Amino acid sequence: MDFKLFVFWIFSLVLIGAAVGVITTRNPVQAALFLVLAFFNSAIIWMLLEAEFLSITLVLVYVGAVMVLFLFVVMMLDINLSPLREGFSRYLPLGALIVGAIVVQMVFLLRAKSFSAEKFPVPVPRGADYNNTRELGMAMYTDYLFQFEVAAVILLVAIIAAIALTMRRRPDTKYQRPSEQVQVTKEDRLRIVSMDSEGGAK
Amino acid sequence: MDNLGLATPEIFLLCAICVILIGDLYVREDQRPLAYLLAQVSLIGTLLLTWSIAPEIGSATAFGGSFVMDQMSVVCKTWILAVSIGVFLYSRDYINSRNITNGEYYTLALCGVLGMMIMVSSSTMLTLYLGLELLSLSLYALVALNRKDVRSSEAAMKYFVLGALASGALLYGISMIYGATGSLHFDAISNALATDADSTAAVFGLAFLVVGIGFKFGAAPFHMWVPDVYEGAPTSVTLYISSAPKIAAFALAMRFLVDGLENAHSNWQGMLIILSVMSIVLGNVIAIAQVSIKRMLAYSTISHVGFILLGILSGSEQGYSASMFYAITYAFTSMGAFGIILAMDRVGADVQLLTDLRGLFRRNPVYAAVMMLLLVSMAGVPPTVGFYAKLAVLSAVVQADLVWLAVVAVIFSVVGAFYYLRVIKYMFFDEPAETQPVLAAFDVKVGLSINGAAILLFGVFPGLIMAACVAAFSG
Repeated sequence: MDFKLFVFWIFSLVLIGAAVGVITTRNPVQAALFLVLAFFNSAIIWMLLEAEFLSITLVLVYVGAVMVLFLFVVMMLDINLSPLREGFSRYLPLGALIVGAIVVQMVFLLRAKSFSAEKFPVPVPRGADYNNTRELGMAMYTDYLFQFEVAAVILLVAIIAAIALTMRRRPDTKYQRPSEQVQVTKEDRLRIVSMDSEGGAK
Repeated sequence: MDNLGLATPEIFLLCAICVILIGDLYVREDQRPLAYLLAQVSLIGTLLLTWSIAPEIGSATAFGGSFVMDQMSVVCKTWILAVSIGVFLYSRDYINSRNITNGEYYTLALCGVLGMMIMVSSSTMLTLYLGLELLSLSLYALVALNRKDVRSSEAAMKYFVLGALASGALLYGISMIYGATGSLHFDAISNALATDADSTAAVFGLAFLVVGIGFKFGAAPFHMWVPDVYEGAPTSVTLYISSAPKIAAFALAMRFLVDGLENAHSNWQGMLIILSVMSIVLGNVIAIAQVSIKRMLAYSTISHVGFILLGILSGSEQGYSASMFYAITYAFTSMGAFGIILAMDRVGADVQLLTDLRGLFRRNPVYAAVMMLLLVSMAGVPPTVGFYAKLAVLSAVVQADLVWLAVVAVIFSVVGAFYYLRVIKYMFFDEPAETQPVLAAFDVKVGLSINGAAILLFGVFPGLIMAACVAAFSG
């Protein structure tokens, strides 16, 4: 067993353990942290597959940005998850049946000849001067330009939808309007009232 | 970057969407109709551009083969755009009188149209999936756009969760087919399957594809979202969902099943038979029990989807063109029916129940006549277009030696005629609950009259659409 295979086994075992942890732990913060661990281990497995760019992107984007944001949300919302777990034992038999069927199908499928080692041989490792990032960029901005642009439009729709669904103009909200604050003159703030004197004390 | 010009309509529509989106921010409250006008102008412009770049015969591809402009995509795009123009016309007054922001509504609806056009023109699984997601995301947001209505939010939530699940199934199927054939391009998939049509992985992936397609179509047993979404969504959005996306769903099924997997026809024919029989039976029987008009039309949609699938599963060019004819004519029939409901609708007096249509003839004879034509067409009575559509689909099914299937479809169409005729009885022979005449804007009136006349015109001269549908699949 060479060193690469050894590393693969270690990290994939940790990955599976972390993935099981995500769905079994009761604490949502712990679940999120398990997910971070799972992402990190997948990143290392991708690194072993010589997909350096994707591997580092996975760590930067998912671990660095998405999961941190997710942790913030979980911590700030303080969701009580116990009602979500109700009926677990009631749905267990049906769920187990469906999962069992899917597992049997997948085992049957993965043993099929369409995914055999002859059809998908181990790829030849690239030389040290092979530039992963450049190749990805070339593919994305030439062959897959159309799909890339459509994905951008989908993000635009997501932004429009998120803003349209959450922005409310409530009359009781107090806004600061810096432009008006700067333009204020002393007449707006200070009123000089000339009053007749009451004639003083008699 | 070859043939960039083929995508001119899509590029134009995207630019128009951005203009409306930004422009709407600078428009004063009393100039809001501007968004509507711009949306209509951009749809008409896109339609003209589509015609101007359409290839005379055959097909042309762009973007490294991921975008195709063939006869089928020209016909589908034409009708998607034409139906969308009608949809915007009918929904304008409803949007203005409700708590729905104008700019966002038209922007999201146009993004949906863009998604449909991309779906229709895609020649790889990736493009098709992205177009579908663009359409679905716009629809989820549109359903929830009336935030003050709890039912809208509930419908949007159900639609979103079930839709995400269906997208997952579709993607899983795509990944399996990619694994089995090694390509995302439909023609390469078709070539790979020509030698090995019964590859286990491809058939496994195909099953998931059919689940995804069935869901997006709203075919039984994946129809659970349809009645809830139709009822909960603002009526203008129900109008939108029930019309043009049916044409896009037809294109989705055609691209996956015929362009990509036609060699596996014997495998998917059985799956589609189950879907279409269940849709026709469930749709027609459950619609009888409905008291809400939107739910009734939802179940009626399910049964019509069954008919569209019948044409596809027959697996012949005749069946495909009959199915396309059915999808197109159903889109504008359904558009007209919801258009009448929207025209009757007023703030504080939503049209919800079937009995709300009572005495429509006394309140507005023209609308009652148009609605009667639409319902008669849905029931499939000659000389309306619905009759010819059903006839074409059924004759394709009979040609494919599936006579029992045609018999089942006919029997349940007759069952379905009951609930359409019941509405006609309400409109013509019952006393109205309120005597106020139904008034609508002049252009809406003209649009609805044209819509009703089209049902008759295309019923008497089906060749006007059928010729294009046949041309789309010949050769």
